[in-house]
Amino acid sequence: MIEALSMPFMQRAVVAGVLVALLAGFYGAFVVQRGLSFLGSGLAHAAFGGVALGLLLEGEPLLVALPFTIVTALGITWIKNRTRLGPDTAVGILFSIAMALGIVFISLRDQYSTDAFAYIFGSILSVNMTDIYAAAGMLLFTLLLLPLWGRWAYASFDPELALSDRLPVLRDDYILSVLLAVTIVGAVKILGMVLITAFLIIPAATARLLARSFFAMTVLSMLFGVISTIIGLFASYQLDMPSGATIVLTQAVMFFAAMALPRR
Amino acid sequence: MSEIAVKAEGLSVKLEGNTILDDLSFSLPAGAFLSIIGPNGAGKTTLLKSILGFIPAFEGRLEIYGRTPDKLDPGMIGYVPQVKMLDRSFPGQALELVVSGLRRKWPGIVKSSERDKAVAALESIGAAGIAERQINRLSGGELQRVYLARAIISSPRMVILDEPATGIDAVGEEDMYMLLERYQHKSGASILMITHDLNAVCHLCSHVLLLNRRLIGFGTPQESLSEDKLRLAFGHVGHNHAMLSFGKEHHD
Repeated sequence: MIEALSMPFMQRAVVAGVLVALLAGFYGAFVVQRGLSFLGSGLAHAAFGGVALGLLLEGEPLLVALPFTIVTALGITWIKNRTRLGPDTAVGILFSIAMALGIVFISLRDQYSTDAFAYIFGSILSVNMTDIYAAAGMLLFTLLLLPLWGRWAYASFDPELALSDRLPVLRDDYILSVLLAVTIVGAVKILGMVLITAFLIIPAATARLLARSFFAMTVLSMLFGVISTIIGLFASYQLDMPSGATIVLTQAVMFFAAMALPRR
Repeated sequence: MSEIAVKAEGLSVKLEGNTILDDLSFSLPAGAFLSIIGPNGAGKTTLLKSILGFIPAFEGRLEIYGRTPDKLDPGMIGYVPQVKMLDRSFPGQALELVVSGLRRKWPGIVKSSERDKAVAALESIGAAGIAERQINRLSGGELQRVYLARAIISSPRMVILDEPATGIDAVGEEDMYMLLERYQHKSGASILMITHDLNAVCHLCSHVLLLNRRLIGFGTPQESLSEDKLRLAFGHVGHNHAMLSFGKEHHD
């Protein structure tokens, strides 16, 4: 373990993984409790569409992916709130469109797009300091928004009760979906769009099984994300296996272990 | 002149282009106990949601204590939603739910002063013993009491209940009505509830609003629950009508 940590790429991977795990664990508690697991997956796929557009325009892919994913997140929230369609349907419609656009953008490029596919599976072992600064900035911004946790939790419990207390439930819905989109774009290069979904859902679902309060669920979700990232990275180093896979499998072990515990 | 709690003048509400409430006009005095009754789809919940400010008026005017619903102060109305609408997977204690009525947001860590107030609110409705219980372990009646404690913890001027008897047994229902009556006598708050229990309406309420998209009747239970008005609202009277007796005798 000490040997692994002596290598700069591993140090960067641990720092980036922990930062993203804290972010995904925080927002994941709301995603899981509001039944929006599919939203995380949908926005990750939408980010791919934005990355593909960025590559086509020969700019920085993530700078294009950011507005692209935010617009998709706002569109999903708008459809969910303006129609009788369920959130899963709203996600399904827009993420399919974003993916289709992504494929069109890739096909319009002259060269073979191996770089686009790097964003699907990510590469936590090849993160650079810019990726770390971006994740740290997002975490700092989230810390500034901590006073809103109680409002978001209240609306997660019962939006009508929150409305009856004059809280801006609809506005908060849009803010949360934009923050989720920004988190996903910030993490997509580090984790890839497949893995970011796992980070959002599995630690929060594990915490939901054990927590007796929503505050405890939020804290445990962040903690389980961090622990699984560290264990998964070192397992990857020791076993010479892909780090993304070992992290997700560690999360899965934690989830099933929580399931096996007797219910209180 | 006595204060008016709810004043509707030509109130019409539309949802997705359909008229749900049509030209309602009534004045409810402050401190009244109002039951809103009518068949399914009559617009009862829509009227409550308009009073709460969730749904704007399409035409006409609605005032709560002289203000439009969107201008009401937080804490002016205590709301008790239907227990069957609750997401029971939410991790939390009864105490946290009561404190949410005080803070107007979900509590992360409950302060001891908040705990004392929440326990006192639960005690006032005979439910202090369930303060530490998980929300998903509460029965329908217990949950209804917790919601009521949450609604009254900040001493609102009005308490609104959406079918408080739904999901609770007959004894729990009787208890709930007794608690409401006791709270109203003590606080002087106006109480508005949707119910299907005509006997409770007769014995508990000072006012009844009989609704079927339009206002069919408004006034005392005797005035509003006449055979012809019930027939107009429901299309039939029902075999219980002859057994209805009016007056507050069994909740004392």
